[in-house]
Amino acid sequence: MAVQRPMRLPMEIEEQEEGDLGSKRMVVNFGPQHPATHGTLRTIIEIEGEIVTNMELEIGYLHTGFEKLGEFRTYNQTVTITDRMNYLSPLCNNVGFSCAVEKMMGIEVTPRCAAIRVILYELSRIADHILCVGLQAMDLGAFSIMLWSFIERERLYDIFEDVTGARLTTSYTRIGGLFRDVPDDFADKVRAFLVTGRKTLREMEGMLNGNKIFRDRTIGVNVLRREDALSYGVTGPLLRACGVPYDIRRARPYLGYDQYDWDVITEEGGDVWARYRVRVRELEQSFRIVEQAIDRLPDGPINVDLPEVVVPLKDAHNAPEGGMEGLIYHFKNYMFGHGVRPDPGEVYFATEAPNGELGYYLVSDGTQKAYRWRVRGASFYNYQPFAIMCRGGSVSDVVSGLSSLNIIAGELDR
Amino acid sequence: MDLQQSAYDLVRARFPDQVLGEGIHAGQRWVDVRRERIVEILTALRDEIPFELLMDLTAVDWLDQGRPERFSVVYQLYSLTHNDYYRVKAWLPEADPSIATASGIWQSANWGEREVYDMYGLTFDGHPDLKRILLPDSYPGFPLRKDYPLTGHGERYDFPKHTR
Repeated sequence: MAVQRPMRLPMEIEEQEEGDLGSKRMVVNFGPQHPATHGTLRTIIEIEGEIVTNMELEIGYLHTGFEKLGEFRTYNQTVTITDRMNYLSPLCNNVGFSCAVEKMMGIEVTPRCAAIRVILYELSRIADHILCVGLQAMDLGAFSIMLWSFIERERLYDIFEDVTGARLTTSYTRIGGLFRDVPDDFADKVRAFLVTGRKTLREMEGMLNGNKIFRDRTIGVNVLRREDALSYGVTGPLLRACGVPYDIRRARPYLGYDQYDWDVITEEGGDVWARYRVRVRELEQSFRIVEQAIDRLPDGPINVDLPEVVVPLKDAHNAPEGGMEGLIYHFKNYMFGHGVRPDPGEVYFATEAPNGELGYYLVSDGTQKAYRWRVRGASFYNYQPFAIMCRGGSVSDVVSGLSSLNIIAGELDR
Repeated sequence: MDLQQSAYDLVRARFPDQVLGEGIHAGQRWVDVRRERIVEILTALRDEIPFELLMDLTAVDWLDQGRPERFSVVYQLYSLTHNDYYRVKAWLPEADPSIATASGIWQSANWGEREVYDMYGLTFDGHPDLKRILLPDSYPGFPLRKDYPLTGHGERYDFPKHTR
């Protein structure tokens, strides 16, 4: 069934005439082990001198079979798989997945749970965007920006570690709620971060906005036209950089995003500069959302009051050693064949992840495991038009464009 | 006007012999169609509703689930104008799992169909570059099929080794 294709050589000189040292047209291999790819992406570039004439994208070096694995795990176990997809903002994957299952089951989370999820979602977006801008600057020669962005990301990871117990493999959400409540000093730490994060953002902007090298290498580079962006299914900051004001948080609000005061950011041009501007301005909006959410963080329970979905707290009333009810619910939730069981059906639910629309298409057959678990990763659809964006540009702009896409290989290959 | 209703009305009015049925779950509706005129159906939905984006293209293997056919190809459409999703499911028989490509309608179908081919072995007629996308070209199986075990058939031990 499989077709054996001839392997292309990395440096294949296609036309060599007398006196021409092969500079006319050649095929260059870029990746998968190149530091500027920020992941395992392979790009086969055909160049004529400095100009890219054709490009072929090869992906799959980080394919992990998450979708197959998800069919063999219960819904709450699948949360741990979602961590490993977009590894720059794992909390966004956790929240998106839990929201999809809750949508399928018709569960409404408690106000406190929704607010905590929004805060962590936006903090993850800040961590993702600030690192993306930093790496973009590093690829264009401004190394110190990357170090500054890493300092801020470390502060955020400290907060995540306090809340979830892990820096990367957070697995914080559960169906119908959260793994645990936030620590007491959470609000103080987030407020402290808002001060330093904003300061660093201003410094980064001050270094880059008027920087001649940065502007020359980003303005008008790697242009993605609006109609191409729509046809390729591009979402997130890339689409908003083409002037399309599509943000799921505003278009189809979830978790109470409509209660906060913030703006959808768009820029014109569709080039690397516009994407940089969208990210930087979105960071400010995320700071605004976090600020409002942390100020009016409601009290109350973090889990829904549905014992068949969330195990009730082990308190004096239904301790497993004391109460019969508690024992039954523990049994019903944790024994094989029980647990969270949505009715048969299917649902597609999307959230606005930092690099675009993160959609989950879930098919349930009524058991505790998903019959089909499909992840619509934003990176997968955002990466496809990269070939047409680079065509006709300089070969050095390939690096500049690639870092502006924020492609995460774990989500791209799943 | 409810977008999901008008999308269903359009498909039913224009292609009455192609509609197999419809379904709803959690407020999301979809239409089940035959595969023969899928390109016309999708083109009509894109141009007349309009659905600007094909958000996702995937497939489901319904092995021994009592469905009309074994495979369904699932198109998640999104309309920026109306801000709503709609889902089209085309059913493919096990004996001849092929369907016309949608990559001429939306470019995003190009990689989506390659991934479905990679994982399920469904072929898309007229696709410009139908080859495996995530797995190696020499991979023998189709892992997301339901009769493929989680641990595989031992392919990982048989990858060719390159020695210098």
